[in-house]
Amino acid sequence: MSKDNQILEELTSKEYEHGWSVNFEADEAPIGLNEEIIRWISAKKEEPEWLLEWRLKAFKTWQSMTEPTWANVTYPKIDLQSLRYYSAPKQNNKPKSLDEVDPELLQIYERLGINLNEQKKLQGIAVDAVLDSVSVATTFKGTLSKLGIVFCSFSEAVKEHPELVKKYLGSVVPMTDNYYAALNSAVFSDGSFCYIPKGVRCPMELSTYFRINAANTGQFERTLIVAEDEAYVSYLEGCTAPQRDENQLHAAVVEIYAAKNAEVKYSTVQNWFPGDKNGKGGIYNFVTKRGICAGDHSKISWTQVETGSAVTWKYPSCILKGDHSIGEFYSVAVTNNYQQADTGTKMIHIGKNTKSRIVSKGISAGKSQNSYRGQVQVMKRADNARNFSQCDSLLMGDRCGAHTFPYIDINNSSAKVEHEATTSKIGEDQLFYCNQRGISTEDAVALIVNGYAKEVLNQLPMEFAVEAQKLLALTLEGSVG
Amino acid sequence: MSTLTKQNLFEGFLETSFAGFESAREEGKTSFLNQGLPTLKSEEYKFTAITKKLEQSLQNVGAAKSFEVSEAEVKAAIPAGYEGAVLVFTNGFLQKERCLKVGSLEFSPLSEKTETPIGSIAKAAKDPFAALNQASFQDGIFIQIPKKAVIDEPILLLSFNKANEGQVIQPRTWIEVGDFSEVTFITLNVNLSEAPFFVNKVVEIKGGLNSQIRYYRIQNDGKFAIEVSNIETNLLKDSRFTSVNISLSGEMVRNNLSLNLLGSNSEGNMYGIYLLNGKSHVDNHTNVDHTIPHAESNELYKGILADQSRGVFNGKIFVRQDAQKTNAFQQNNNILLSENAIVNTKPQLEIWADDVKCSHGCTTGQLDEEALFYLQARGIDKTQAKGLLLFAFAGEVLEHIKNDSFREYCTQLVQERLGSKF
Repeated sequence: MSKDNQILEELTSKEYEHGWSVNFEADEAPIGLNEEIIRWISAKKEEPEWLLEWRLKAFKTWQSMTEPTWANVTYPKIDLQSLRYYSAPKQNNKPKSLDEVDPELLQIYERLGINLNEQKKLQGIAVDAVLDSVSVATTFKGTLSKLGIVFCSFSEAVKEHPELVKKYLGSVVPMTDNYYAALNSAVFSDGSFCYIPKGVRCPMELSTYFRINAANTGQFERTLIVAEDEAYVSYLEGCTAPQRDENQLHAAVVEIYAAKNAEVKYSTVQNWFPGDKNGKGGIYNFVTKRGICAGDHSKISWTQVETGSAVTWKYPSCILKGDHSIGEFYSVAVTNNYQQADTGTKMIHIGKNTKSRIVSKGISAGKSQNSYRGQVQVMKRADNARNFSQCDSLLMGDRCGAHTFPYIDINNSSAKVEHEATTSKIGEDQLFYCNQRGISTEDAVALIVNGYAKEVLNQLPMEFAVEAQKLLALTLEGSVG
Repeated sequence: MSTLTKQNLFEGFLETSFAGFESAREEGKTSFLNQGLPTLKSEEYKFTAITKKLEQSLQNVGAAKSFEVSEAEVKAAIPAGYEGAVLVFTNGFLQKERCLKVGSLEFSPLSEKTETPIGSIAKAAKDPFAALNQASFQDGIFIQIPKKAVIDEPILLLSFNKANEGQVIQPRTWIEVGDFSEVTFITLNVNLSEAPFFVNKVVEIKGGLNSQIRYYRIQNDGKFAIEVSNIETNLLKDSRFTSVNISLSGEMVRNNLSLNLLGSNSEGNMYGIYLLNGKSHVDNHTNVDHTIPHAESNELYKGILADQSRGVFNGKIFVRQDAQKTNAFQQNNNILLSENAIVNTKPQLEIWADDVKCSHGCTTGQLDEEALFYLQARGIDKTQAKGLLLFAFAGEVLEHIKNDSFREYCTQLVQERLGSKF
């Protein structure tokens, strides 16, 4: 027992690995939020008139909305007027290739283990790196553009492919969707844009890496992925932030559009700074992610490994509009210390013969709260809809909580919907079994937790799976006594 | 938040009361005015638009008065083969002279027991209708089962409701069961109303140490009944409470059933079926609160929904930090028989302790085609085969009725329903 406690102490006192920050000159918007700031951001980014109008409309909508309170999380009220809505590392000229990118910026990503250098082609992932408010570099552009794939920062997309952006922006997550989506629509600074033309299978994983560097800034990025008929893409998202005592806000929007026979796989390893072991600091992660299977036989798959953030509020959802479309959601959410996570998914079955699958694994340790909140809705015309949901929770320590709030709304008699959930701790018999075979308690816990989360980790692309496993081990090993 | 007009619906009501329970009524009134009637934005009443329904149906709100029933009417309403005591109510008022075989049973109208700590188990602050009842209940009953009493035959609470349009019936029940006692209650309604009316009922059950209480209930009040009930019980050490709720019809029915497990080794069981057709709307909200270690709760609710009926289920298991070694299981299964039937279900777990075993399962689907084919291959026609399978589905709940004659009675009711309608 005492050994376990010791391990637990060691681990919980372990510092956040990505907690450093770099000082460099940044281009910043004045603190506060008003119409002027939005105009300022828009002007700074040299945006066309229609986008500015769109932003202002969103801002108006946002002003009429109130902050949602239904989530099972508590945090002090965020003063949105005290935030900075734009912060960009100063670059004299827009870099044309990586060689021109400020080496200091590249170093940040080197330290994070993100490879922006095209030399390391072997890894085969195209990366769009977003620091604070702007995209700093996008790799593999050339290779991708040969196939007609557009993968660039959002601002670039607005300039180079305005017709695409105009068509799809806000089509899945309308600006009126919710408080934070409206806020994001008004002030979003950058993000990634990805367009896979008809019949193209994207040959490599596309990846965005988000990093908040500056203090007192909110990060509001927007990702838009469009997969045309018969297209396929696998998309990864990673994120970290420096360790600061104040809470920082991250309110992103991700929209996915899948046309006929298209498939989009979206994986996230979220590792924002979770706050220290006393619950001080950390990121507020209020994210709206939604995909629409607009065409028949399309598929959207969400995989997420949530280990960071002080407060998470995130429900990647699928609207299954096309007949025979498929939505999947795989999630591992780990909370430790004073972290709070309220996460889950929505599967809206509209088309006929649509299928969805939800696998959610929550692990709570320390004094954290971990909630699954999900909805499976079968509309009246969604004949033969099929859903299977599984939400398991693993508890470590008697000060943490695990909660499940599944909403199941069925409006069609041919629907088959199953939901099951369990909550338990790691069985003493399981530990004993491992001990008996010479596996130490600490290793046994890692083994059991990894086995518990395997169903989800298996869905991750290889490079991410390794990172996710490491993260899991870091957050949890030894936290059972 | 509710608008004033919505509270006005019952405002006149809050003043009418008999002597006694002044402080409880005052508390209920304040609580009701604070909460207001629920809107669709209230999470607890998200799928049950009760306020809208009340506003549409209750034109002239007024309290329903007591009326006479004949002995013949009472006898006709008693389930065949039933042998035990019968307590008779009309519009919520106890009719002492009509009660049968009461023997030494200790009971009296609640209005004569003004010392009863009403509202101490079913808290007004939890639900606006519980508060409304506490503020303005008309009468009800007080039942006391002494220590170490084992009552073999169930006690039947038979309610006759005859309300004019818009009338409100607000009965309140307080049951105290002594330590080491065992008792079964059956509640049954006979609805004689021919216009929309509203029943707002509260039942508080105080179980003793090592007591065993069973509470069976049939709801078959037809298309005019709008009903909200709040049933809540406290379970002490080694005690066991089992509820079986059978809902067959009702315009809009909302059942709040709450078990508070306060003593170790206590066990709470909640079983229910809702077999609905027409435009019936039944909403079952259950809540189990595990506050202490080593307690267990089981829950199984099953629904078969036809026509334009709607079934709502919300099961909440709450395990507090101290409630280690809790076992809590919950299951909700639904079969939809028609295009227009709707199910909204939300099995909810809130776990604050780590050494627990909790699970919930929930399914919505159709009859198994293969099972149907199996029966048809053996010469059973499709309608019959369907009825058989549906009965097997619902029968799992009926098995939990311990009293043979009552189980038989319920079985027949259910079979009739499944054979005739489905």
